[in-house]
Amino acid sequence: MANTAENDKTVGTTRVKRGMAEQLKNGVIMDVVTPEQARIAEDAGAVAVMALERVPADIRKHGGVARMSDPDMIDGIVETVSIPVMAKARIGHFVEAQVLQALGVDFIDESEVLTPADEAHHIDKWAFTVPFVCGATGIGEALRRIAEGAAMIRSKGEAGTGNVVEATRHMRSIRGEIKRLGTLDEAELFGAAKEMRAPYDVVKEVAELGRLPVPLFSAGGVATPADAALMRQLGAESVFVGSGIFTSGDPAKRADAIVQATLHYDDPSVVAKVSRGLGEAMVGINLDDLEDSQRYAGRGW
Amino acid sequence: MSAPPSAAIGVLALQGDTAEHLRVLRGIGATAVPVTRPGELDQVQGLVLPGGESTAMAKLAERYELLEPLRKRVRAGMPAYGTCAGMILLADRIVDGARDQRTVGGIDMTVRRNAFGRQSESFETGVEIEGLEGGPVDAVFIRAPWVESTGPGVQVLGQTAEGGAAGRIVAVRQGSLLATSFHPELTGDARIHRLFVDIVKGTA
Repeated sequence: MANTAENDKTVGTTRVKRGMAEQLKNGVIMDVVTPEQARIAEDAGAVAVMALERVPADIRKHGGVARMSDPDMIDGIVETVSIPVMAKARIGHFVEAQVLQALGVDFIDESEVLTPADEAHHIDKWAFTVPFVCGATGIGEALRRIAEGAAMIRSKGEAGTGNVVEATRHMRSIRGEIKRLGTLDEAELFGAAKEMRAPYDVVKEVAELGRLPVPLFSAGGVATPADAALMRQLGAESVFVGSGIFTSGDPAKRADAIVQATLHYDDPSVVAKVSRGLGEAMVGINLDDLEDSQRYAGRGW
Repeated sequence: MSAPPSAAIGVLALQGDTAEHLRVLRGIGATAVPVTRPGELDQVQGLVLPGGESTAMAKLAERYELLEPLRKRVRAGMPAYGTCAGMILLADRIVDGARDQRTVGGIDMTVRRNAFGRQSESFETGVEIEGLEGGPVDAVFIRAPWVESTGPGVQVLGQTAEGGAAGRIVAVRQGSLLATSFHPELTGDARIHRLFVDIVKGTA
């Protein structure tokens, strides 16, 4: 399926997949559940939308098994907007991923927000022409996902809580570990690879580059323009916003404000200006109030 | 703030793969700076419009009062090079744009957005570029546009050779304006960036 050449034209290569991820940098990817929301996101300057049946805050509320979205629902959004459309598959559920690829989505999120389908394995992402994004709480997880073929890594903050504390922890951890890798000698890199349970080649590549070989985005708990700017200042190249926009008082205005704060993340006067008059933010959840079974970051291996 | 050296080339930094263009330009010895605001645009001698989402870039350009200054500079002869979304921004006319999508314009051409299809159809291939020595460039097409038609002043530099979409125009030049459907910034082949630097210097 991947790397099929047709008259010297090759689809699904690493460059084509990672290149797609590069195009989304410096932007905001918004969760949407209807074509109308997708249009609001596109009008606000989103670089892509994530087509979902329920935003994570509602997945938490309703409980039960969370799965891939209905193909009709995804089609409706694909037809409505001209920007890229992403969709989520359960961890390890490669058939959901096959379906999403057949539907023509532009990026698949192998996501802990949905109920995992495999307790030991993630999807073999090299087997697909469509690129994948995967979550990571730290460097080892990030590098294992890259070794499996992920074209983008995002933090794994607690989606649907409106609380960025976990995303902050993941961003600091991943960035800190990248810096540490740069200080290790050859022998120590072998040790680090073992410790991180990640292939040596990928570990060495990160140590040499001083960054991941794929874009690093942030996701989970972003609810305000200042949250988005915080993630950018912590090293995220783009920001996923889930429940934060469409569970708030004025989604169009908040979407626009988060796009601007993501661009001018290092200019507090812009962040201040766009933070005014946004109406009510989502209420949010303190993570101490979450039961362990409701914590998503621990899903994935 | 001191002004950058006179040969500085800007890379529009509203959204997209700005960093990759900066890396390639600096790698071939050019002075390259990101451009987000009108004041920064005033300082550069040429501008790269990167890949990304043309809708998001156009919106942010309008919001930060860059769209009109960009149009003015391009009309006044500033060299510019657009890749993918940047090609769309340099087109006088677009097909399959988002609602009310605006462009900077400058090249007398009609560009079809996402013409080669969705991401699963994105591909790599070799493209012969007129006047470029060393064989075909390694071209990465990502949800790429193509040029549907060109006006009399536009020189076609490259077309796709193979596959279902053979013979599509994917590289053009009009005076000091250059545009490609594909992304040389992703491949390590710096020949097209060199051509652009020469255009900025006035030697190509």
